[in-house]
Amino acid sequence: MNALKAAEAIVRCLLAENVDTVFGYPGSYILSVYEALRVLKLRHVLVRQEQAAAHSASGYARVSGKVGVCIATSGPGATNLITGIATAYMDSIPLVVITGQVNSSLIGRDVFQEVDITGATESFTKHSYLVKDATQLPRIMKEAFHIASTGRPGPVLIDIPGDVQEAEIEFKYPQDVDIRGYKPSIKGHMGQIKRAVKAIEDSRQPILIAGGGVISANAQQELIRFIEKTRIPVVHTLMGKGAVPTENPYNLGMIGTHGFKQANEAMNKADLLIFIGARIADRAWGGVSKKSLDDVKIIHIDIDPAEIGKNLGTHIPLVGDAKLILSEMTQRINDLNIEDWVSEVQELKKSLNESKTKVRKTKAVDPEYTIRLLSQKLNDEAVLVADVGQNQLWAARNFEDRAGRNFLTSGGLGTMGYALPAASGAKFAAPHRQVAAVVGDGGFQMSMYELGTISSNNLGIIILLFNNSRLGMVRELQQRRYGIISNVMLDKNPDFIKLCEAYGIPGIRVSNNSEIEAALDKAIESKGPFLIECKVDSDESTL
Amino acid sequence: MHRHVLSVLVENQSGVLSRVSGLFSRRGYNIDSLSVGETEDPKVSRMTIVVRGDDQILEQIKKQLNKLIDVIKIVELDPEQSVFRELALIKVKTDLSTRASVIEIVSIFRANIVDVSNDSLTVEMTGDEQKIEAFINLMNAYGIAEIVRTGLTAIERGNKVLNNTNKDEEV
Ligand SMILES: Cc1ncc(C[n+]2csc(CCOP(=O)(O)OP(=O)(O)O)c2C)c(N)n1
Ligand SMILES: [Mg+2]
Repeated sequence: MNALKAAEAIVRCLLAENVDTVFGYPGSYILSVYEALRVLKLRHVLVRQEQAAAHSASGYARVSGKVGVCIATSGPGATNLITGIATAYMDSIPLVVITGQVNSSLIGRDVFQEVDITGATESFTKHSYLVKDATQLPRIMKEAFHIASTGRPGPVLIDIPGDVQEAEIEFKYPQDVDIRGYKPSIKGHMGQIKRAVKAIEDSRQPILIAGGGVISANAQQELIRFIEKTRIPVVHTLMGKGAVPTENPYNLGMIGTHGFKQANEAMNKADLLIFIGARIADRAWGGVSKKSLDDVKIIHIDIDPAEIGKNLGTHIPLVGDAKLILSEMTQRINDLNIEDWVSEVQELKKSLNESKTKVRKTKAVDPEYTIRLLSQKLNDEAVLVADVGQNQLWAARNFEDRAGRNFLTSGGLGTMGYALPAASGAKFAAPHRQVAAVVGDGGFQMSMYELGTISSNNLGIIILLFNNSRLGMVRELQQRRYGIISNVMLDKNPDFIKLCEAYGIPGIRVSNNSEIEAALDKAIESKGPFLIECKVDSDESTL
Repeated sequence: MHRHVLSVLVENQSGVLSRVSGLFSRRGYNIDSLSVGETEDPKVSRMTIVVRGDDQILEQIKKQLNKLIDVIKIVELDPEQSVFRELALIKVKTDLSTRASVIEIVSIFRANIVDVSNDSLTVEMTGDEQKIEAFINLMNAYGIAEIVRTGLTAIERGNKVLNNTNKDEEV
């Protein structure tokens, strides 16, 4: 046992958890922690706005599979984090968020830079702590990492008053955690696994629907083995992109309102739906036109019991870790009698592949063609981070999945401005992997302050900006819903190339398809940050 | 819409009540009453929550409550196997002509008179909801000045105890 300042204990806890990077922004009530970061030499990445600290930590977590850590000061620092925390919560990303708080004796008095951040984030954190007793900090830190990373992952917030950071404590990092109210079940119930296997064996047109849970459970290999053994086709949600390689013959791609026709069609025809780590929210279900679910069976595998039966009735619920459950099912299942279905799926796969060779008629840049080309040029390990809007769906539909943890986007909250900071988090997590960020002119301007972080750390990120001078997705929606030409335009956009130049980031403007290839080559060659601005027709549609 | 009584063991910490009540309002669950107090273990509080909803909603409520880290255990109490009690303080308007008959009803209900003034009587009564409702109905004839109710609290009959060893992860 040795006595030290609680702020130093916090950083020692981070080191004990193998944290190698912390994203943050300082202020007076977190300065003790900053001093400890400096003394103990834990890498701190200074972002340019706290929202980016949370998004970067999220990008870091999604690529590394570890817990992402971000820190901010009290009051405005903490509130700036909020969108990033909610974004991570909706996508079940493990984060530990540390905020400074005013001194204990001042809490509740509306003093300078005081906000109730545990209260404000209550509904979108997995758990939170307001630390009142410094001696409890090691236990709380240990619990926070445990809670964030186990069961259904999610953000955990620790709010620490300034005086608590300054207190002297005896430091010992606990080995174990025991939280009596938190014992997530990992192993699937054997009886339920048997029932699920039986239902699959009895079905003639089964289909697997992979969600983000497959990726957070690191169950990609187990899923692929299950598919290869059974020949059951698989589709995925936006969050499930990357669970199975695109070229897998049984992979029919993304479902949902913006998914592939072939994937939705297979869903419609199926007599057994096997959901894995997918919460089946409105957007994912949107493209499916099943008239009734009366003659369809549903198996739902999820680590979170509360997801089962929330959005769809389920016949066979299976709570537990997707990795364990899938390998158990692969062992138990007998050969299936689904010849007709397999050949039907082959036809759908063929038609899906053909649809991906079409090039749009446009004098400007075809964004889908651009993503396909980018995909070809990048190596197998590359990571693509997509922002929100039309650009996101162009990316999701056309970026080829080869490696796991290769596609990041804000699926659940649809947070514009996610791509740039998440891409820098991804690059910090995996400096050896190529990282590209696809972003619209709207989303770019929501977090272009992160050009500062990207440039000062010389992060080799290819920024692919689709400039349609519109909030494209909103423009499309307005046209469809009200039949009007949008009243919110981005006509007076800045010169993005010059903007990047000001940050020392080189860039190329591409105005038609013939110029894309050379630009991509140049960007990939450069190794450092690089902007490619693609001029996209303002009337270009998502699909 | 059925009425269900949930007994919930939670960590006795600040913030728990707000997490639980926030969950109900956020997800649009109907809550009739919530009462809370310390248990035999001072680190654990027990909440008795009366909710309304069909089976599917009840299932969701239980699962969502279970997700809260501070929730240790949830049990739905079977009305047949449990004792339900509520405490009510009822201030009834009385005058010389009505006081005697109010006192008579109070004694039939085995309630207590805890305060008397010139023009009112304050009655303390415990019982299940029906008993309290019945009493209130009778008092309406005299005029009720004020009612305070604690909300239901409940315990299972017999040897069964709700212990805090483990959260059950049933589905
Ligand atoms: C923070 C935030 N604000 C508003 C929205 C609503 N929204 C969804 S897509 C979109 C337009 C995005 O425009 P842009 O970034 O240029 O992408 P495009 O659709 O043109 O590719 C908007 C405003 C959102 N998703 N996130
Ligand atoms: Mg745009």
